Amino acid sequence: MTEQTSTTTAAGASPASDRPGPPPSTRGSSGGGFLSGSVGRNMGLVVAFALLCIVGIVTAGDRFASTDNVVTILRLAAVVGVVSIGMTFVIIGGGIDLSVGALVALSSVWATTLATQAMAADTHWIVMVGTAVLVGAVAGLVNGVVIAYGKLVAFIATLAMLAAARGLAEIIANRRTQTVRDESFLSFFGASPLGIPMLVWIFAVVAVAGWVLLNRTTFGRRTFAVGGNAEAARLAGIRVQRHTVALYVLSGVTCGIAAVMLMARTTTGSSTHGTLLELDAIAAVVIGGTLLVGGRGTIVGTVLGVLIFTTLSNVFTLNNLSSSSQAVAKGVIIVAAVLLQQRVAAGRRQKRSGKALPPTAAEGAPAGASPGVPAP
Amino acid sequence: MSATRQRRLLTTAVALVGAGALVAGCTGNTPEASSSGGGGNNAASSNDDTGDTVTIGFSAPAADHGWMAQITEAARAEAEGYDDVELIVAEGTNDVSAQISQVETFINDGVDAIVLLPFDGAAMTPIALEAMQAGIPVINVDREFDDPDAARVTILGDNYGMGVSAGQYVCSQLEDTPDAVVAEVAGIDSLPLTQERSQGFSDALADCGLDVDNRVAAEFTVESGEEVTANLLQAAPQIDALWNHDDDQGIGVLAAIDNAGRDEFFMVGGAGSANAMRDIQAGDSVLQATVIYPASQAADGVRLARLVAQGKALSDLIDVEVPRQITLSAPVVTADNVDQYIDSAFES
Repeated sequence: MTEQTSTTTAAGASPASDRPGPPPSTRGSSGGGFLSGSVGRNMGLVVAFALLCIVGIVTAGDRFASTDNVVTILRLAAVVGVVSIGMTFVIIGGGIDLSVGALVALSSVWATTLATQAMAADTHWIVMVGTAVLVGAVAGLVNGVVIAYGKLVAFIATLAMLAAARGLAEIIANRRTQTVRDESFLSFFGASPLGIPMLVWIFAVVAVAGWVLLNRTTFGRRTFAVGGNAEAARLAGIRVQRHTVALYVLSGVTCGIAAVMLMARTTTGSSTHGTLLELDAIAAVVIGGTLLVGGRGTIVGTVLGVLIFTTLSNVFTLNNLSSSSQAVAKGVIIVAAVLLQQRVAAGRRQKRSGKALPPTAAEGAPAGASPGVPAP
Repeated sequence: MSATRQRRLLTTAVALVGAGALVAGCTGNTPEASSSGGGGNNAASSNDDTGDTVTIGFSAPAADHGWMAQITEAARAEAEGYDDVELIVAEGTNDVSAQISQVETFINDGVDAIVLLPFDGAAMTPIALEAMQAGIPVINVDREFDDPDAARVTILGDNYGMGVSAGQYVCSQLEDTPDAVVAEVAGIDSLPLTQERSQGFSDALADCGLDVDNRVAAEFTVESGEEVTANLLQAAPQIDALWNHDDDQGIGVLAAIDNAGRDEFFMVGGAGSANAMRDIQAGDSVLQATVIYPASQAADGVRLARLVAQGKALSDLIDVEVPRQITLSAPVVTADNVDQYIDSAFES
């Protein structure tokens, strides 16, 4: 029961919006299904993104609006995008994963060692993909077990993994850049089916899969429940520890996929891959409207967040501006987007309170607000 | 209840071990014939005769890219070539306060000389001064201190000269193209060395009436090189020449150029990695030349530290003391002279 409640509230208080077909409740916002849908909930982001595109078109004209450039933006968004999808799950589930950048580095290095490449040359390049994903998953499993069963704070556990994984990557790679020699690997991931680069396809598939997993499966509902109120989730019969482990494994798997994409993009595996990727991913997730304390968030918001940052650096480069000014703009956008987001959310809450709806469980019941529950 | 739990834990453990074993097979990474620069003592003079044993402290930033890895490796190899040198290598770090405490430890240990490649020259100046005041000669490598008194010898690569060399090469190739589009992929923009390289580049270009039309800054990593170059190529639909400050990030720069299918321009690299030189040798990419930034300077620093600590001088100079400052040259490597440099180049 609890699970069901927090699901609906976590999904933004309009469960109807995510379903195709007419929403059960047609009152409310004038835009109907659209405005109360994922796009509506991310209105601040859509506005920011549109503004950014307008700035791009005004300042760079055809160079910005060309197909080539759009493809470039999407391709650059793909790697951080895939990692951000995994990060969205972890953060909605009430955790944080600081180790993603290091896991990308470790996976990319492990998948491009001479031994792995030799094995891949004898069999198939899929070995390299498998290695990267497996390394990511195992590292994620370690994160999850340490956090869920070792009772370590996620921030500390993944901080430790950040240091350890990058160190291990440096040891394996001997701090050298490892070149991908497998031509069939490069040509597969370098291809552009239907004119869209493979990396963008992968990003799209991961994003859609993430959306389905989050919004259409028990796994997704449990994620919201665990992040919203772990104790309530436990009482509702959810195996919170096991679920937490699964979330970090999921994040690790996305890191493995991202590592493969980075290997294709740069033709190398390196212990310097994914430097500060964790911050980019967290920034994208947060401006995407996901609550850092867990219990609420959307995949659509995250994707928009990633696109905003990637487009930003593209527009700045097209105008030949320095990376320092870019960093300033990035900071401003983070604050502006979150403020705008809160405005929109507050406006909606007022409208709703007129209809005398109770506050959402995620907001109304702070974590740890379940006294009297004896520890197992 | 607890039985299930135990079983579950066991399953997890088995899965962990199994997965570990599966991937462990893939960590083998035997490099093919690593060429370690330094180590060879080719200067023949009485200076190479074994003298008093000296202890030299060595501290450098984290070896997170090929050039920096080679710096430490070459210094180590150089020290091993001498029976009378004991080199204490501190763990490479990009944390200024950690590097300061490394130098403090060297001072407390009473080493005979310190070879220091600071992560940040200005930040390391006070502690270097302290070492000098304690009577320990400091050999400052690559990134210069604020205060000349903080070092007994300063040995520097020529960052400004690198930019000048690259700019002059671009000029020589684009003499007949007055409105040529020149692009630049810089390294970490906040470092003085990047600013010096860019300054030298634009100064040299100005001499032949060119300027930098598009400039982006990467972070000396492959990934950042690919990322900024992908955007750069969109910003400049037509380019005549591109200078990339660093061959480590150059792998990413070349990948981005490949991905975009561009080949209407030529590219000049920087630092002089072995794979950049192999590309130049092969002549099948846009990379036509690279400018050397010697990775042997810390090894030279170790040699000079030994001489200073033993009270010797440079044998090819008449002066009886080791000079205060040495600036290394930044030659351009092209297909014509690549054979001369490729053996001492670093692997990125």
